[in-house]
Amino acid sequence: MLTHVRKRDVLLVRLTGELDQCSASGIRRDMDALLSDTRIRHLVLDLGDMPFMDSSGLGVILGRYRMLQLRGGTVSLMHLSPQVKRVYDLSGMAKIIPVIEEKEAEE
Amino acid sequence: MKTLNHMRLQFDARPENESFARIAVSAFAVPMNPTMDVLSDVRTAVSEAVTNAIVHAYREQGGVITLEAALREDGMLLLDIADQGCGIADIEQAMQPFFTTQPEKERSGMGFAVMQSFMDDVRVRSALGQGTTVHLEKRVRALPETAPDVPVM
Repeated sequence: MLTHVRKRDVLLVRLTGELDQCSASGIRRDMDALLSDTRIRHLVLDLGDMPFMDSSGLGVILGRYRMLQLRGGTVSLMHLSPQVKRVYDLSGMAKIIPVIEEKEAEE
Repeated sequence: MKTLNHMRLQFDARPENESFARIAVSAFAVPMNPTMDVLSDVRTAVSEAVTNAIVHAYREQGGVITLEAALREDGMLLLDIADQGCGIADIEQAMQPFFTTQPEKERSGMGFAVMQSFMDDVRVRSALGQGTTVHLEKRVRALPETAPDVPVM
């Protein structure tokens, strides 16, 4: 499940629940519906209510990154649970998709 | 070595059983007083193995997954996650980080890398057309002499 807030060209999406292969398709579909507005260039994913993610989640995040990269945009993440952070760190994706603080997201 | 407890589950290769499998295994391991981090590692690895069976072995067409778990007296959790799906042609290649046979489906190719990084041992047996068994091991109870004073679940 997800909720979202939009500010100018930034879309903040808050994900809730667990992100595995089972929930990935719904989350992907809902995010892509929001991102079909091509004025959105930056996606911030707030994972504060998502205690669990497996490598299916990495695929979802990477897929959205590729989409926004084509628009010259970015993807960033915030509020990673310890489990999510472990999976994320292993992927090495932090080099292209940074984990940011609340303050940075507001800017 | 003595086995303290054993279970065998059989369930359909359906996506909603990914969470069932990881919750079942983590509940099974709880009597060993694992830390939250250890349980979360086990849950993640189980999720990866079950997802592989659903999306790769059975190509999302359904099938049966057998999950066997044992707790050994030395504090090890042993898991066998087996399918009768298509099998893996090249196990070494399948285990390479970022390798995926389905890039169009946004698979990360990190399933086995997660299992290898989060578990103490990962072994894969596979035969084309017959199926795959992923064997996972994790120490879920700290060794007595090094047991940290941590809260349990």
